[in-house]
Amino acid sequence: MKVENIAKLARIGLLKEETEKLEKELSSILDYFNVLKKANSKKDPTFHPSEKFIGNVFREDIPSGESPERVENIISLFPDKEGRHIKVKAILNG
Amino acid sequence: MDSLTIKGIREGLKGRRFSAKELSDFYFKKIEKEDSELGCYLELAKETALNQADKIDNLISEGLDIPSLAGVPVAVKDNILVEGLKSTASSFMLKNYISPYDASCVKRIKEEGAVVLGKTNLDEFAMGSSTENSAFKTTKNPKDKSRVPGGSSGGSAAAVSAGLCCCALGSDTGGSIRQPASFCGVFGLKPTYGAVSRYGLIAFASSLDQIGPLAKNAEDAKILFNAIKGKDKKDSTSIEMEENGEIDFKKLKIGIPKEYFGSEAKKGIEREVVSAIESAIKKIEDMGGRVEEISLPNTKYALSVYYMVSTCEASCNLARYDGIKYGLSEKGENLSEVYFNTRAKGFGAEVKRRIMLGTFALSSGYYDAYYLKSQKVRTGIKEDFEKSFKKVDAIFTPVSPTVAFKIGEKTQDPLSMYLSDIFTISANLAGIPALSVPLKTKGLPVGLQILGNYFEESKLFQIAKLLE
Repeated sequence: MKVENIAKLARIGLLKEETEKLEKELSSILDYFNVLKKANSKKDPTFHPSEKFIGNVFREDIPSGESPERVENIISLFPDKEGRHIKVKAILNG
Repeated sequence: MDSLTIKGIREGLKGRRFSAKELSDFYFKKIEKEDSELGCYLELAKETALNQADKIDNLISEGLDIPSLAGVPVAVKDNILVEGLKSTASSFMLKNYISPYDASCVKRIKEEGAVVLGKTNLDEFAMGSSTENSAFKTTKNPKDKSRVPGGSSGGSAAAVSAGLCCCALGSDTGGSIRQPASFCGVFGLKPTYGAVSRYGLIAFASSLDQIGPLAKNAEDAKILFNAIKGKDKKDSTSIEMEENGEIDFKKLKIGIPKEYFGSEAKKGIEREVVSAIESAIKKIEDMGGRVEEISLPNTKYALSVYYMVSTCEASCNLARYDGIKYGLSEKGENLSEVYFNTRAKGFGAEVKRRIMLGTFALSSGYYDAYYLKSQKVRTGIKEDFEKSFKKVDAIFTPVSPTVAFKIGEKTQDPLSMYLSDIFTISANLAGIPALSVPLKTKGLPVGLQILGNYFEESKLFQIAKLLE
């Protein structure tokens, strides 16, 4: 496993020491996971333990009517904003 | 006052032996005096707590009926949102994040009259078994301050154990309510998947996470659980559960899985844990219950399956911390640098390790071998339990192979820390309920884990009462 490549996929900046440490730790954890190779894998996967209790839950695509105060609470958490919009760096050529 | 149960508080308030305000004041004074050493709380909510207490006192002075948790001082794990308070999940990433709304479970306990005292410490994003992964502080075990309280709900468990709240809310992804309850000598329930709404819980692994109560006795845990359970339209996985009936104790059948507590398995468990669990089993037998050995053959895969599934789900859930919408935001030349810098600085070592592991297992070429394979093996783990519950009413195991370990003992070896979850993770993978019950010991606390069939929480509480 190439730690640097994975860090790129995960969008995490790593220092050189961190990369070296993770290389060792992750390889010993993955060795432990080798036990899975011996397991029976003919069963259907369980993605969710409650699949048998509930199926899909649908609703109309309409705003739920949160209080204006809550909306303001959320807007006040934006790290950078212009008016009531989140300000983001250019995504093209970025 | 710090030993009062929910029932005791109710009687005290109704009998006007103390007011809700006096009770809250008492707890805040005790916290101020004792918590600097223990480190259970990250933030206190004095003003809103006293307002809530006033409301309860007004109801009482007007002679009106009071709701089920009236005046009960509750601590809330800091990954559960309480409007107006910070919810940091013990991460630098959310150091200044102020909850814009109440989690559904918090809304429900407030409606039942509970007084939220404050927010408690945890391992960062609930990833850990000792609270040592908190970005802010390590909580100490009230029973022995050189030891960890367990984790990740270590602050909540320690606060209940030390009498710094009456009861508390925690979250459990792989044992995060039960293991700290066991280490601190209190009760802790991981409800059936879907029993309690997770709306307002900072997500870690969505197919495993559940919110549940920590309390001083089985009855309090039950009252708090009843207040928070049920369908919530804001969490599509939540379910309205039916009350299940009384156990016929003459026909009670307990299963002991040989993979957890057979003669071979006992060799890997500390002696005081083995003897405490054996006494609990004997107590059930003495009361006429039947105990039989059962087998859960897929147990050997559980830890690997758990760390695969949970890290994969975590790597997706934590993708939202990108410095754009809320939380820490580091500067960068371009968008990509904002992401990398924010996540480099905001996440601690364990969180990075798990995101990396999950990202790897979900990456092209490895998905089938790791993630998909784990979910297939998970079906086998679930079926083991389904088969067992056709034969027995409940299953007994230890909560943890050890008593509370020393602070610093396992921080250098992530795998040895992961192994401390070995008995608790299967319940999350299968989605079944599990209760940690503190047993009498001469030394440090030991917890018995009682596992039950889907939505049979009330059976677990009834069995726990027998052992009290």
